[in-house]
Amino acid sequence: MNATDARTTVLGLLAEIAPEIDLDAVPDDEDLRDAVDLDSLDFLTLVERVHERTGVDVPEMDYDQVRTLRGWADYLVARTA
Amino acid sequence: MGEFRMPSLGADMTEGTLLEWLVGPGDPVHRGQVIAVIDTVKSAIDIEAFEDGEVETLLVEPGATVSVGTPLAVIRTNAGAVASAPTEPTPPAEPLEASLAGGPAEPAHHVAASPIVRRLAHELSVDLDAVEGSGRDGSITRHDVEVAAASHHGAQPLGAPGTAQSVKAVSRAHPSASPRARRRATELGIDLQAIAGTGPGGSVTSDDVEGAARVATTASSDMTPQPPPRAAAGAGRPAPAPPARRARAADVRTDERKDAMQAATAALMARSKREIPHYYLETTIDLRAMLDWVAERNQGRAPSERLLPAAVLLKATVTCMLTVPDLNGFYVDDRFEPHDHVDLGVAVSLRAGGLLVANIRGADSLSLDELMARLKDIATRARAGRLTSSEMTVPTVTVTNLGDQGADLVHGVIYPPQVALVGFGRTVERPWAVDGMLTVRPVVVATLAGDHRVTDGHRGSRFLAALDTALQKPEEL
Repeated sequence: MNATDARTTVLGLLAEIAPEIDLDAVPDDEDLRDAVDLDSLDFLTLVERVHERTGVDVPEMDYDQVRTLRGWADYLVARTA
Repeated sequence: MGEFRMPSLGADMTEGTLLEWLVGPGDPVHRGQVIAVIDTVKSAIDIEAFEDGEVETLLVEPGATVSVGTPLAVIRTNAGAVASAPTEPTPPAEPLEASLAGGPAEPAHHVAASPIVRRLAHELSVDLDAVEGSGRDGSITRHDVEVAAASHHGAQPLGAPGTAQSVKAVSRAHPSASPRARRRATELGIDLQAIAGTGPGGSVTSDDVEGAARVATTASSDMTPQPPPRAAAGAGRPAPAPPARRARAADVRTDERKDAMQAATAALMARSKREIPHYYLETTIDLRAMLDWVAERNQGRAPSERLLPAAVLLKATVTCMLTVPDLNGFYVDDRFEPHDHVDLGVAVSLRAGGLLVANIRGADSLSLDELMARLKDIATRARAGRLTSSEMTVPTVTVTNLGDQGADLVHGVIYPPQVALVGFGRTVERPWAVDGMLTVRPVVVATLAGDHRVTDGHRGSRFLAALDTALQKPEEL
């Protein structure tokens, strides 16, 4: 998975969880919990769907690496190589 | 023989709009089966049958707004006895499963689509049954409906006499018309959407259709749907009085829904503040043990099996409710009725704004993992606007959790007729003294809003103390 695919995948899943967000306006480096108002349940849902969709299981201890869109992209690229 | 009535889904509900029947006369129904969808100011809600039986007659047309308690249908029970109204206290065990996509009790034609998508389908005259969903778990998305609408309108103008399928499409796409009106409209080639209904709740009657047909043939020879002038619609008769409620709840735009929701919440909260002498208590709880235990437990578990600390807070609340039973129950007719089971209200904030309390019934009989699963399911469906009627009934106590992004603490307003509300602020790291030494701990402020007519600060404090103790031994929950 390259960075663009990873980004698209995560954005697509975000849109399922938070249908009202403007996908073009999601900042790369802002904490998604603030940027698109994700609570802990939403965040877990995102982790769950990324796991379903890509097979990448983000353990809780890695949550801090996937707080931003860029973080997600980097994480997925590194683990699907 | 029994009447199936408009249920009361929360103390702030006075009326509801029937959006859709999922069954018809002669259909068998099963306890817990979703048989209708109603719209309240808060959400579209699946309504479940409370008894096995057979639908005898439907009394209310889709689109009609009726007050709570109005009979909606007559259901003949298998024993021939009176079918109970949905206010029956015993919760059906199946509704949650039944409402999940693909549940066994779900009618085959009950397609998964959010209320927004359903509304769009209605506006575009698309039969959801005929649409293949491309969304999650086969649910129908906005895009699916738009594609279907494009091909549908391209292939066959609505209202043209056609196959049984197109008649069905008309009938399902126009819930606010009587079956007879729909039939006449199809026969006469009239677009129901272009007719201003004069029936109950603004529904289109067969008279309206006849009137529109006369206008269409005299005033215009082309078939472009146009709203008939109102005076002409009742040619030879006095013009019909405008219906009291032209706008159906289903057509209420998001903004208006939001306002209505805020107003409903405000009305209930005003009543609460008027009637309930609140007292407030708070205690700060060290969450180190609980968070460590959750982290350890989640290690090596797939994301779908993981626990959230929020679920542990709920579980601890439920357990401690049973230690101070005077907090769990209803205050009605000037006295308190304690309940020995906990129906746990969970306040869910909706993305578009507004607050909704979903009821996890029988929460005291659920394990921690089960409670977590229910929380996840109920929050997801609350936000998608797909709760079932048993989840909208009045819980025996409510918890509001501000979550990670919220304020430090919340002094709740009790939902009448309940007598307590438990609040959790966000978890924060704070300096904390342990054995005479200063350290840093993750802590949460737990609050209790109690009803002075039933309990006092002393009894309320016992609950918060029990909560603290329980959260120090999460493995025992």
